[in-house]
This record gives sequence, C-alpha cells and structure tokens, in this order.
Amino acid sequence: MELGLVVREQDDWAVLTVSGEIDIATAPSLRERLYSLLAEEKRQLVVDLDDVGFLDSTALGVLVGVLKRARSEGGEVRIVCTQPRVRKVFEITRLDSAFDLFDSVDEAVRGARE
Amino acid sequence: MGDHIELVVPARPEFLAMVRAIVTLIAETGSKLPSPRIDDLRLAVTEAFANAIDAERRKPDAERQSVVVRCELEPDFVAVEVHDEGGGFDPGALTPHPDVTKPARLQFERGLGIPLMRELTDQLEFRTEGDGTTVRLVLTSHLRST
Repeated sequence: MELGLVVREQDDWAVLTVSGEIDIATAPSLRERLYSLLAEEKRQLVVDLDDVGFLDSTALGVLVGVLKRARSEGGEVRIVCTQPRVRKVFEITRLDSAFDLFDSVDEAVRGARE
Repeated sequence: MGDHIELVVPARPEFLAMVRAIVTLIAETGSKLPSPRIDDLRLAVTEAFANAIDAERRKPDAERQSVVVRCELEPDFVAVEVHDEGGGFDPGALTPHPDVTKPARLQFERGLGIPLMRELTDQLEFRTEGDGTTVRLVLTSHLRST
C-alpha cells in the first residue's frame, strides 16, 4: 500500500497533502518527500493529514525529525489534522504541544486558528 | 473460554497493514469492544507488530522469519499476543523521553511505540522466553480518557 503525497504551493508555504496509512512500511516515502522539500530550501511546510486514515509512532517520529531539522534551519512545520482518530495519537503522546495543529490548510498558512 | 484465532505472518513491513486490518475485523466480529477501543487496538497491535519486525530484522535470515499473532476473545476483553523470536527485549531498559515542552524532546524520533501501547491498553505485558519476546495487549470495553 503506497502513500499519496502531493505537493503544492500556497503563499510562502509548501503544502504536502498525505493520503493513506502511515506506518513502518510507508513512513520512509513520507520522510524522503519531506527531506527533499527541505533540500529544495522549502522550509515553511504544511503537512495535511486529513486524508490519512491511520498513523503510528513511526509517522510521529518522521514528523518530529522534520520539525527539528526545519526549525534548525529557521523554518517551521504546521500540521493539518481534524480527524479525531489521528489527532488522538498526537494527544496521547503529548506531541500536540510540540506541533502547531490546525483545522485547515488555510488556517495553517495564516498561522491562525479560527 | 472464548474464541482463539492465531495468525502466522511473515516478519515484513508490507504485511503490517494486513495484520491490523485482520485484527480489527476479528475484534469487530467477535467482541463487544466499542469503536474507539477497536481504534486503540488497531494502533497498539501495529506498534507491537512493528517492534516484532524490528527484532526479527536483527537476524541474518530476517526475510524468512515469522511473527505469531494470537487473538483471544472473551466476553469482557480482547487480548492480543504478538510473538517474535528476535532475541529478547528489556522494556525496563528504555530511556524515558524528556517532557514534550522541552526542546530536547525533539532529539527523540524513536521510542514512542511502547509509551503509546501503555496508554492504549488496559494491560501491557512483555514476556521473554528463550530467544523470543511475547507482548500481550489487553483491552476492555471500558473507554479510556486521554
């Protein structure tokens, strides 16, 4: 099972829309895509997880790694996540306080929660 | 005594989605776990199976190894055991992560799986037997607050 990974630009942000299930089988492709964006000097990243039906701790590890790298280069990673099932994983691990979680891509790009 | 179902699955990442789908179906078919608890089971089993694959990967013939997943369906709980022969494991040896509010927390990209399993289950047990490890996850119908 492969992940859907689609990148578009919105204002000064690269928006990566992910679809599918993220686990140890599929997380490497997410990691590779995010790090290739950083290598292209796209350091303002929005990761849209609204079409992700499942994610595990491997996915969180990838996102933590990318957040650390982006911040070290003066960038930022914002997460769009409204599905309770996915959001709960951030909440249980308390990573909802390490990431900025938003309800839509528009909100994430603006940096404001409505 | 309730129903038992046992799966013997190749220890490879491409089988992980299949395992969680089957265990989810088993719990939906044979237990009274409410939907949020089945979501918890799906994630906990994924973490346990991923750890088992990691353990088996340390062996020279890793591609040919299997992981055994046993499901036990009782009226008031579901227990899933995930067994690998990957050489044993000491959960007590894990280094606790710094608090998420500390910048040092971002140094840890791995090691989230076992804390997650602890949060998701009503009972989590690791048994080391010879060269193998069995992780037992027990989930009741009781909804946990997060």
